Amino acid sequence: MIVADKKPIEEIIEEIRDKKRVLVLGCNECVTVCEAGGKKEVGVLSSALRMYFLKNSTETRIEEKTLERQCDHEYLEEIRDIVDQYDAVVSLACGVGVQFMAEKYHATPVYPGVNTCFLGATEERGLWTERCQACGDCILAHTGGICPVSRCAKRVLNGPCGGATNGKCEISKETDCAWHLIIERLKALGRLDDYEKISSVKDWSTDRAGGPRKILREDVQ
Amino acid sequence: MGCMEGDCHFNSGNFRARKRIEQAQKILETIGIGGQRAQMYNLSSSEGPLFAQIAFEMYEKIKEMGPNPIKMVKKKAA
Repeated sequence: MIVADKKPIEEIIEEIRDKKRVLVLGCNECVTVCEAGGKKEVGVLSSALRMYFLKNSTETRIEEKTLERQCDHEYLEEIRDIVDQYDAVVSLACGVGVQFMAEKYHATPVYPGVNTCFLGATEERGLWTERCQACGDCILAHTGGICPVSRCAKRVLNGPCGGATNGKCEISKETDCAWHLIIERLKALGRLDDYEKISSVKDWSTDRAGGPRKILREDVQ
Repeated sequence: MGCMEGDCHFNSGNFRARKRIEQAQKILETIGIGGQRAQMYNLSSSEGPLFAQIAFEMYEKIKEMGPNPIKMVKKKAA
């Protein structure tokens, strides 16, 4: 899922300070799971903003709503009839939702309420870690299901590098060396021969290097 | 109020409650209401006098901080 983190309330207040009516818009998908932008977080942020503006005698009205998704036309349409009533929308969706909202409703300023961080997994409640960089050319089949692109600081494809010590990366003692994990995993799978195969140069044109990406699938259109 | 640490019927419920209170304190502080208005205490059900002492402490603390600023604004506007 897309993992996001909450933005400091001060930053959000600064963006909407001069607005009269603001909609705090949550998303029921990834940001709900990572507890940054779901219905609960929308409620907490909206209450805090209401208290702040009330205390400062500012006539800013805060209203709240949470959509099923903000990255789909279908669900964003649900606010078409009400969006013009607001001077601004604070979207607690990921960067995709914020941008889709901005593209769809040109006349309403949209501000992000979260910082979108990475594609990751929930290791335990309150702990999310990165697992994928969406490079567009998955090599997990050859690396025992552990991604060196997202989990090796150098994105080394034939690792480990010389900076690994006792299974940890040189950038931090808390960071596992992805290649150490890959070797251990291949060993457990009885596929250590795969480790001996040299990976050829990766085609990075499917990554961000090729500019914004697009997938067109006529079979599902 | 939570049970003594390690003595919670919900195992980690009181630890989680403490974290929630800390979060609420941060928010209240940020928006200028005062984080100290929310406090977490741990005590057992047999500690009646301690309960009373904590209630008194809280009363003193709130009195010292003054009324809720939001209520003051509302009162002025009325």
